[in-house]
Amino acid sequence: MEIALRVNGQERTGDIEPRRLLIHFIRGDLGLTGSHVGCDTTSCGACTVLLDGSPVKSCTLFAVQANGSEIKTVEGLMQDGELDPIQAAFKEEHGLQCGFCTPGMMLTAAELLDRNPSPSEDDIRWALSGNICRCTGYVNIVKAVQAAAPAKSEPVATGSEA
Amino acid sequence: MFPSRFDYVAPDTVEEVLATLAQHGDEAKILAGGQSLIPLMKLRFASPGLLVDVNRVPGLGFVEETGEHLRVGTLTRNTELERSALLKSGYPVMADAAPMISDPLVRNRGTIGGSLAHADPAGDWGSVMLALGAEVVIKSSTDERTIPVSELLVNTFTTSLDPTEMITEIRVPKTPARSGGSYLKMERRVGDFATVATAVHLTLDNGTIKRAGIGLTAVGSKNLQASAAEDALAGAEPTAEAFEEAARLAAEASSPSSDVRGSAEYKKAMVRTFVRRGLDKALELARG
Repeated sequence: MEIALRVNGQERTGDIEPRRLLIHFIRGDLGLTGSHVGCDTTSCGACTVLLDGSPVKSCTLFAVQANGSEIKTVEGLMQDGELDPIQAAFKEEHGLQCGFCTPGMMLTAAELLDRNPSPSEDDIRWALSGNICRCTGYVNIVKAVQAAAPAKSEPVATGSEA
Repeated sequence: MFPSRFDYVAPDTVEEVLATLAQHGDEAKILAGGQSLIPLMKLRFASPGLLVDVNRVPGLGFVEETGEHLRVGTLTRNTELERSALLKSGYPVMADAAPMISDPLVRNRGTIGGSLAHADPAGDWGSVMLALGAEVVIKSSTDERTIPVSELLVNTFTTSLDPTEMITEIRVPKTPARSGGSYLKMERRVGDFATVATAVHLTLDNGTIKRAGIGLTAVGSKNLQASAAEDALAGAEPTAEAFEEAARLAAEASSPSSDVRGSAEYKKAMVRTFVRRGLDKALELARG
């Protein structure tokens, strides 16, 4: 089946079997390998992408379902050579160790901050509860999202807090 | 993991969906949120020949009160239900249950109609709908019928739906004033299925219980309605003794299996505890 969709702002097309999962289309056909295959059983969130702005597990969606949609992957976070505030905060706060869960964590967090620019720690933990980190790095992940929150709500960044 | 090959159509109207189902019968399977179906297909527990994707049909996702009912469109995502102000203000058992379903990413896709049609005994919406005395509107290319959820859920992964039929809407009786409800769920971690969960809905009338609804999750071959407990409460005064007896009857009605989540004995004990706590919470809300 032929599909056409926007991925990170660019028009992309594919000719795929209906059974091709979105994650395999993104990684295999488009070569965007920032989205990861973790559990492959709808549990871990390493394959999280934004589908029309909403974080979903791309291992549990057929690529044909995304026909005509807007997809954002971790490769689409950076704009004009500048890290997205959420990426800068994960770097600053050591919000990753092995990095496998990080793309999914950042996309889920980015959607949360778009929806709620000043989330509480509970809001953050709740929003990220479908993304699993096995380096037990949640404390710094939460810190990173908290650090990115003011940057998201105020367009002019003033550098990292002490 | 890859599913077996299948054909795929994504109609734009309910009529086209129903015509496709009529033509293909049990070869076809409706794809709604896909958060249960796609994992089952990847494990090759399900291998439909044709997937009928209903996600492109407009107008199937809504939450609104009209006349005597709360109407919920079959394709309403669990995230929308989790954030619905209407549910928070008037349907606490639904407002409690929505955020307890799986995890946020799955809730962004998963739908209420898909959950009911999937009929997983560990699914949450079935028990909630049993407690509320809800109905489903079911359409085929030639017919439309409305049946109580108690007649929809037949057995594990088995409903009374014909392969040519589709649930289009869920109808919950409007909750009268002095009603309250709760959904209590024990899960080992976010995203796991329930070890035990209980749905309770109470309506008071002049200090006595007018109607009680109790649904049980993951403790039988389907979502169970604790009818004996409901009957014992109807017309009774909402006393600690009455609640204790109802909780005992609900536990008696459950038939859990021992598994990795706990022993049958433990789960029965938790049904009793949760129904008791759930009734207390429902009563508090009903009294305002």
